[in-house]
Amino acid sequence: MSLSVLLFGILSILAVASALITVISKHPVRSAISLVFHFFMLAGLYLTLNAQFIAAIQVLVYAGAIMVLVIFVIMLLNLENENKLKSKYNILQWSAFLLGLGLVFLLGVTYLSTGTGLQFAPEIAANNSTAQALGKALFEGYIFPIEAIGILLTGAIVGAIVLAKKKLS
Amino acid sequence: MIQQIPLEYYLLLSAVLFTIGTVGVLTRRNAIIIFMSIELMLNAVNLTFVGFASFMGNNAGQLFVFFVMSVAAAEAAIGLAIVLALFRAKKTVYVDEVNLLKW
Amino acid sequence: MMQELIYALPLTLIFILSIAVIMVDAFTGKNKTVAYYFSIAGLLGVIIAAIYTMTLPSADLAKMAYEGTISKGMLTYGGYAAFFDILFAVAGILTIVAAKPYLTREYGEYKEFYSLIIFAISGMMTIAHASNMVTIFIGIEIMSITFYVLAGFIRTRITSVEAALKYFLLGSFASGFLLYGMAMVYGATGTLQLQEISAKIATGEIVNIYLQIGLALLIIGLSFKVAAFPFHQWAPDVYTGSPTVVTGFMSTAGKAAALVAFIVIAKSLLPTNFGATLINDKLIVVKEFTENATMIIALISAATMLIGNITAIAQKNVKRMLAYSSVAHAGYLMMGIVANNENGFAGIVFYSTAYMLMQIGAFVVVGVLERDDTKFQQISDYSGLRKSHPYLAAVMALFMFSLAGIPPMAGFPGKYLLFTATIQSGYTWLTIVAVVSSIISMWFYIGLVLNMYFKEKEGDALVADVKSSHFTIAVSVIGVIILGILPSFLIDLAKNFF
Repeated sequence: MSLSVLLFGILSILAVASALITVISKHPVRSAISLVFHFFMLAGLYLTLNAQFIAAIQVLVYAGAIMVLVIFVIMLLNLENENKLKSKYNILQWSAFLLGLGLVFLLGVTYLSTGTGLQFAPEIAANNSTAQALGKALFEGYIFPIEAIGILLTGAIVGAIVLAKKKLS
Repeated sequence: MIQQIPLEYYLLLSAVLFTIGTVGVLTRRNAIIIFMSIELMLNAVNLTFVGFASFMGNNAGQLFVFFVMSVAAAEAAIGLAIVLALFRAKKTVYVDEVNLLKW
Repeated sequence: MMQELIYALPLTLIFILSIAVIMVDAFTGKNKTVAYYFSIAGLLGVIIAAIYTMTLPSADLAKMAYEGTISKGMLTYGGYAAFFDILFAVAGILTIVAAKPYLTREYGEYKEFYSLIIFAISGMMTIAHASNMVTIFIGIEIMSITFYVLAGFIRTRITSVEAALKYFLLGSFASGFLLYGMAMVYGATGTLQLQEISAKIATGEIVNIYLQIGLALLIIGLSFKVAAFPFHQWAPDVYTGSPTVVTGFMSTAGKAAALVAFIVIAKSLLPTNFGATLINDKLIVVKEFTENATMIIALISAATMLIGNITAIAQKNVKRMLAYSSVAHAGYLMMGIVANNENGFAGIVFYSTAYMLMQIGAFVVVGVLERDDTKFQQISDYSGLRKSHPYLAAVMALFMFSLAGIPPMAGFPGKYLLFTATIQSGYTWLTIVAVVSSIISMWFYIGLVLNMYFKEKEGDALVADVKSSHFTIAVSVIGVIILGILPSFLIDLAKNFF
């Protein structure tokens, strides 16, 4: 067993485990913290794919910005545990889990039986995912989407202010 | 460091994470945890994109991930603002207590 | 570069406008009429620019869309994109004009409403101009995120906030599916550019499990966005809870935009012309793939119209009834995608125009009559409307007849076009289902009209607060009648687009 297999194994098991904790945990703060952990594991997986810049951005944007916002709101609303979770939604939960399990099993069988036929090319992948290469591609080929994202973010800011304002003027 | 993990394993991992996120959305009642499950789904998709991009030696997939991240940030802002407005109006974040309109 | 700027003028203008309206809103303080007239004038400018780009030679437009510095294969110019620009801008103007008296009465505050509407329009126009999955995704997200806010715009009203929450949770859930589908298609084809994807699929080399999973996920995501069965559950709740003028806007322009995304994706993922060089067994693979996918869309379409119309019969609330009828109309519109030929797409263009006019008109009439969120929305409240408000009753009856598809209103040629296109491509059973569900829909559309005309009202008569909504209603009525009597102009125009 080589190093990369070991790395992938550890990262993916931890990623799945933390995702499960996020979904199952009764306490919102626990969910949020394990989601942050999950994002770090994903960043590690991006590194095994030689995508360094995305890995850095993943940590900065998701763990650093989005999750801070989520935790801030949880603290602000002072949410308690979700006590009624088990009693009320048992059947629904189990059927959803079983359905998901079946789906994943099916997908696993099909993926592993019909491969993509793609070979990993570490050098090309590494060259493609430096900040320089990505920035060049982004500002040459993706001018319009960048502008549109600007509009999206402005719209989101305006919308968030409209919704979260306290008093009617 | 030589890469030995085939792409299929990354895709399978991403499918597993996506399914966990979907199950979370369908079973949880707390709006904030549903929101976090949606973030899980988006991240699973990002993993698929980066996996394909690295194996195909073409960075369109990696660039898409940037846009997904910006959209996720915008969705976070809006979603949490909606949860805040709901909490102010009704003092709850549980989706099954919000049932003036039939779900 | 300069030339391309002219081609991209409608998009550029709406982007500038969306920022400019916030600035105008911020600097004019208490005086809101400036922002009001400014946004209407801006949208008129967008319409003029879009009409101008439609007159340009299409060969230049296509070349520029693929090679231009701004576009880089991300956008299309002119043609159907310009037409939908006009459609969305008209919907925006109609909504803004009707929203002013409604919001003044129900909420007393309409800051940022205009800029949010214009943000939504810029998202829709981005979808209309898209020829790359990145642009489609960003357009859908701009539109959806603004809609979440607009649904919860009256944030002190619990139904409105609740509608926003449901829309947000289910909408972003659907975005996840859409995105996963895009990732799978990207993995199968190696590109995000739709023309390139189309060319690759037509060769028959890459039809594999990844492409199939991708297409299935894309269909799920887009069905959510157009509110098609079995993912339509959010629509009635969100449409009932949102402010009525916003509902009119979301259920018409928003649906049309989601359908454009559906058309663009279906057109490139389900090719109908194959190169002559295709080897036989590959051809069979591609054909089987497209036929299966089309069959799934046809089943979704049939179920959507049946469920929508049958559930609408049981409704007592006019707004909710119209919401279910909007679900049913998504089913009719999807027939154009099942047909997957130029007549089908032309049918979608025509019918979404007609549908926009009649649905916005009907919702504005509801908004004019309702009070305090939920009062005076029941069908029984509408009885005797002929006596108290003969003008509103006549207009509402006209919209109902048009929605039911009775000639000579605009609904009839639209349905006719879609039905014939579907028969043309061999889905006769779907047309039969559509005709049957149209007949079912007569029940509640005509039922409302009968209620308005032949029942006496017990208790007080409704009070109408029309003001500037007169303009919206008048434009919708004129549009519905003109499109009903002289449909050939728009049909011929639409057939040239595809």
